[in-house]
Amino acid sequence: METVLETPLSKPSEGSAGITGYWRTFKPVINRSKCVKCLLCWIYCPEGTVIRINDDVDINYTYCKGCGICANECPTKAIDMVSEE
Amino acid sequence: MSLKIKDLPIEEYWLPGNPSCHGCPASLGLRLLMKALGPNTIVVIPACCSTIIQGAYPKTSAKFPILNIAFAASAAAASGIVETLEFKCKENVNVVVWAGDGGTVDIGLQALSGAAERNENIIYVCYDNEAYMNSGIQRSGSTPYGAWTTTTITGKKEHKKNLPLIMAAHRIPYVATASVAYPIDFIAKLRKASKIYGMKYIHLHSPCPTGWRFPSSKTVEIGRLAVLTGTWILYEVENGIFKLDPPSNTLIDKNRRKPIRSYIKMQGRFSHLTDKDIDELQRYVDEQWETYLKLLSIGKIY
Amino acid sequence: MRIVLTGNHAVAYAAFLSRVEVVAAYPITPQTQIVEKLAEFIEGGRLKARYIRVESEHSAMAAIIGASAAGARTFTATASHGLTYMNEMVFWAGNARLPIVMAIVCRALAPPWNIWTEHTDILAQRDTGWIQFFCEDNQEVLDTVIQAFKIAEDDRVLLPVMVGLDAFILSHTATPIDIPEQEDIDRFLPPRKPLPFILDVNNPLTHSNMTYPDQTMEFRYRLQKAMERARRVIVEVDEEYGKLTGRRYGGLLDCYKCEDADLGVIVMGSSAGDAKEAVDKLRDEGYKPGVVRIRVFRPFPKEELKEVCRKFKVIAVIDRDLSPGLGGILYAETLTSLYDLRNRPIVQNCIAGLGGRDIRVEDFKLVIKELYRGIEENIEIPPIKWIGIGDL
Repeated sequence: METVLETPLSKPSEGSAGITGYWRTFKPVINRSKCVKCLLCWIYCPEGTVIRINDDVDINYTYCKGCGICANECPTKAIDMVSEE
Repeated sequence: MSLKIKDLPIEEYWLPGNPSCHGCPASLGLRLLMKALGPNTIVVIPACCSTIIQGAYPKTSAKFPILNIAFAASAAAASGIVETLEFKCKENVNVVVWAGDGGTVDIGLQALSGAAERNENIIYVCYDNEAYMNSGIQRSGSTPYGAWTTTTITGKKEHKKNLPLIMAAHRIPYVATASVAYPIDFIAKLRKASKIYGMKYIHLHSPCPTGWRFPSSKTVEIGRLAVLTGTWILYEVENGIFKLDPPSNTLIDKNRRKPIRSYIKMQGRFSHLTDKDIDELQRYVDEQWETYLKLLSIGKIY
Repeated sequence: MRIVLTGNHAVAYAAFLSRVEVVAAYPITPQTQIVEKLAEFIEGGRLKARYIRVESEHSAMAAIIGASAAGARTFTATASHGLTYMNEMVFWAGNARLPIVMAIVCRALAPPWNIWTEHTDILAQRDTGWIQFFCEDNQEVLDTVIQAFKIAEDDRVLLPVMVGLDAFILSHTATPIDIPEQEDIDRFLPPRKPLPFILDVNNPLTHSNMTYPDQTMEFRYRLQKAMERARRVIVEVDEEYGKLTGRRYGGLLDCYKCEDADLGVIVMGSSAGDAKEAVDKLRDEGYKPGVVRIRVFRPFPKEELKEVCRKFKVIAVIDRDLSPGLGGILYAETLTSLYDLRNRPIVQNCIAGLGGRDIRVEDFKLVIKELYRGIEENIEIPPIKWIGIGDL
């Protein structure tokens, strides 16, 4: 039979709620000089928008919602929540 | 060999840009679930927040198969899946239920109890945000005493239902509590569970910014405080042997636990609590500890 | 092989021959012998399958849905309160388009507690997206359950199928039955294809997340289209099975002596046998009635019924069910089918046999004769008649 879907089957996709970066009021900014590469921000991010490359981290600003957990948990206060303005 | 953050896989199977609230513990929990178990995992999700945070058809935030199912039915649907996989000799697939407290403690309890009694080879994770959050913060059996919800405006009058102990009473091979604030502990427990045959139950404490009324950046901090005040106790019951996990195993002495007030005052859902209410909550926490210490001293409870 | 079997055991043998792979069921009178016999087959090693001894009917259907989504050929059975309890999941299976087969031993709903036959339980599920069959005798029960798998799994259909058999009259009454050979059924019913989807870690998809109104309506439309295609498939399968076994049931309708009939009795289930006997007796007396047994209630055989009823002057629709406030459910659906006819027959709804009350050959004869008298003497024919009320 042809490939008409008979029942709702969805495919994996980033941004299933759109560009959630637009949800931010504050955005996390990493201060590299203070970062000790503990990766706690990476593991605690609910969204998976703290990207890990080896032991370095960066922020995926397309989808980061600015919840602030990374900044709150950083042991060296290396992340600042900066106003989006 | 204790697990280190650096050793966890980088690949994400729970994708960003999903509809979850800022600071959502369910979203964090799903990320951690997949880091623990890997892509050979089928997840059954009943009606709960995690239904919605998948996003809307034709997209899903999950890079793993999900069977969405009716509210009361998750443990039964998972039983059907695992029996089929065993029948077809597809042995190395994890079958996981990812259910909220509503679909576990209340409406889903019958199916869960049946699956436990049959010792179905599934990992059942209840992510407990302590209310029916998906339908707008109504109280569940898992809501703690005193908490505001939209159906307990002056605070819940009953204490929280103790699901982990109920599951231990089913004599299943593995019961554990966990918290999103202790991700390595949660991941280690999931991996341990995946190597055991039979029913495994993990109850994941999931502080919800939207429902508990606290700033979204505090999800992990509040989860940590729950454990450090002794309100949430990290333990396992493996083949009937009760064991406290760190840091709960350092809090046996009451004086080492932070006062419960420090946990309560951070949450808007407790803002109306009187001193009498707080004393009752403290008394309840102390009573839970007494029970668990007795279980610890028994050795093998089943 | 020819052996004496109750209707319940006939269901179990059919599921066995169909090589079901996962069964999940909860016992309820009068279905219990179905699940007991299947447990015997499975634990005795004759049937290679899994039996999930669930703790409720709701979980039975949920487990079957999970199993079917994971690719198994699945089966369950229930009755009455078990069916109404699992109603939520019955809708789920229909909308999920999973090719599940379920036997329903049609039994009255409480209050009061009543274990005897009535069709209200199965008819209350008519909106769930399941194909619905009603059987007249135990041979048809066995044959229809086997056909049900083939119909359900056909890629033009992909709908669950429920097969109804009357409580005690069929379920517990033993009659001689022809059991087809396993090799013949294996040729008739090949292994299930992974349709409409399968949970597969190598192709991760999410089933049934939130879907907005526009797309949801599209899925409902596709379900209706599948029901329409099912009408042809049901007839094809009946024909193919007929070639294999010599037994044909007429597809959607089983018409008895309708070619020259001027009065029709529309009936479902086991009492069709008594209706046919009444028709034979009355034909000896010079009348010309016929019986239209509705074998398939969903998809409702509108066109087929219209064609057969075109030449009847008057019709009696026997409802062994009640939709309180409306009357008989079969009656209402029959009227819908006949609406387009330029010359519509007079239709009388006979509510009979509720709670398992006996429907005798005599009752059919009385109804038919009354209707003929009504036509001849041009008297008012009451649209609804309750058989036996006032007789106690």
